[in-house]
Amino acid sequence: MSVDLSRAAELGGMSGAVRKPRTTWDRMRHNRNLMLGLTLFVALVLVALLAPVIAPYDPLALDFTNALQSPSRDHLFGTDNLGRDIFSRVLHGARIDLRVGIISVISPFIIGLVLGAVSGFYGGWWDTIVMRLVDVVQAFPFLVLVIAIVAVRGPGLQNMYIAVALVAWVVYARLVRGEVLVEKNKEYVQAARALGGSDWRIMRHHLLPNVITTSVVYAMADIALYILLAAALSFLGLGAKPPAPEWGVMITEGRQYITTAWWLSALPGLAIVLTGIILSLIGDGLADFLRPERR
Amino acid sequence: MGRGQYILRRLVQMIPVLIGVTIIIFALIRAIPGDPAVAMLGDRATNDAIERMRESMGLNEPLYVQYWYFVRDLAQFDLGTSTRYDVPVSEILFARLKVSLSVVLFTTVLTILISVPLGILAALKKDSVFDNIVRSALMVTLVMPSFWMGIMFIIIFSVKLGVFPVSGYGQGFFGHIRHLFLPSLTVSLTIAPILIRALRNSILEVLELDYVKTARAKGLTERTVMTVHVLRNALIPAVTLLGISVGGLMGGTVITEKVFSLPGAGALLIDSITARDYAMLQGATLIFAFMVIMVNLATDILYSFLDPRVRF
Repeated sequence: MSVDLSRAAELGGMSGAVRKPRTTWDRMRHNRNLMLGLTLFVALVLVALLAPVIAPYDPLALDFTNALQSPSRDHLFGTDNLGRDIFSRVLHGARIDLRVGIISVISPFIIGLVLGAVSGFYGGWWDTIVMRLVDVVQAFPFLVLVIAIVAVRGPGLQNMYIAVALVAWVVYARLVRGEVLVEKNKEYVQAARALGGSDWRIMRHHLLPNVITTSVVYAMADIALYILLAAALSFLGLGAKPPAPEWGVMITEGRQYITTAWWLSALPGLAIVLTGIILSLIGDGLADFLRPERR
Repeated sequence: MGRGQYILRRLVQMIPVLIGVTIIIFALIRAIPGDPAVAMLGDRATNDAIERMRESMGLNEPLYVQYWYFVRDLAQFDLGTSTRYDVPVSEILFARLKVSLSVVLFTTVLTILISVPLGILAALKKDSVFDNIVRSALMVTLVMPSFWMGIMFIIIFSVKLGVFPVSGYGQGFFGHIRHLFLPSLTVSLTIAPILIRALRNSILEVLELDYVKTARAKGLTERTVMTVHVLRNALIPAVTLLGISVGGLMGGTVITEKVFSLPGAGALLIDSITARDYAMLQGATLIFAFMVIMVNLATDILYSFLDPRVRF
């Protein structure tokens, strides 16, 4: 009853007017963060896809006569020490960094989802083992363990994906396990069980859709985290290799010129910040959208 | 169950985690593609030297024997010998740890100094311009690559304004403070957003509670209500969160030490990678994990003092 009342108040029920129930699209449209974030994200993806077309120069083309030019009409973001056009490199960087962020998030998400769901659903010795494993992995600073794994396996993005899969699943496992523990005793699950649903069916068709939302919100924010991680690994010489126009590589290469040519490091960094803000907007918006009661 | 027993139980719970951590560290070196002994000594090593390394690492023995040797050495604080410096790893590592711990400590202090006032003000002036500015600024610092922020700080404060040194650790207490300010600020700005947000939300939650309304109804001044009733309770989740953030803080330290050329354990860890000094890499990784475990333990114990309702 209390839910109905608050709902009525939200819809302007005090005036007595009966309004149409809001559709999903309506709710989405009124979520400013989500809409702004999604719009900008689509724009960003378009930039990444169309980079070869819209970039004014080849991101790898050297031009020593035009080295270290400050931003101008010819070179919007200036040029680096090898005369490469920074604006073109930043646009091409979107291709690499967005891809890295999205690829990185997939494996830990799936591993964590499966292990967490099974842990929460069955409990027992399996749960004990998984949760102790979670404790152990979380005893390490995330970055330190990722660095250590990449260090022994060799530098490069491929090994970063492996390291992230091995380390980052714990966050999702914990989240999903917690949600499954809450959901599995609810009536709809009991009902599905009474109807003779198999464990697998109950997990897939009934539990998963209800427990996955929080993880999706996390995953959205994590894409930004992995872009930051990839940049940091580049800085340490463990990530993407120069001359690739990865944003972290560009910041690192420009570091030697910070006293004379600030734009080399500053502008690729701004690209990371902007991408991060867009992803946070979507993350915050999604959190509001999927869980209105938790606002 | 009393507090003493609670602390004892927490210590016992640490044992499986510590064992797990040593297994991961042990497995790390075995995950090197090819022969770990060759990797550790480099391509130019003689067959004799490689065989001696295999012998000392126990690589010719079965895995469980190798692990037993590893743990036995560890129990004697023997982290192996650095192939780069040719001295025991522990000797160099513990000397460098002082710098990292200073950064961690300074960062924690700065984080509290930044987060507590901003969190309180943002909550008290909810939805005001100030609140919105704080929240937007946080969104930005949260997604800044910390090494980039460090570089930007160097450009602005060291190169252009000349207020802080570009790099190094400095001499004497005040020298250290001056040199560690920018690195610590860099790390704390990556953690402060999470803390400010949590603090703001928990203050807003506590403000809605009945006992706060009662306190106000009693006619207590707003100041007394805030300090005695609201803050005390709202700070508890923030303390826990700060404890949890220490893992991130240590990761941040590793990067910042490289950016500001600080002679710390984090920089040592990174340098050991290029030098293929795997014993050092192992030791440094282990020390960082150990510090996180200790801080988590300390947070739990502190929490039991802060919140009398905690169930032992």
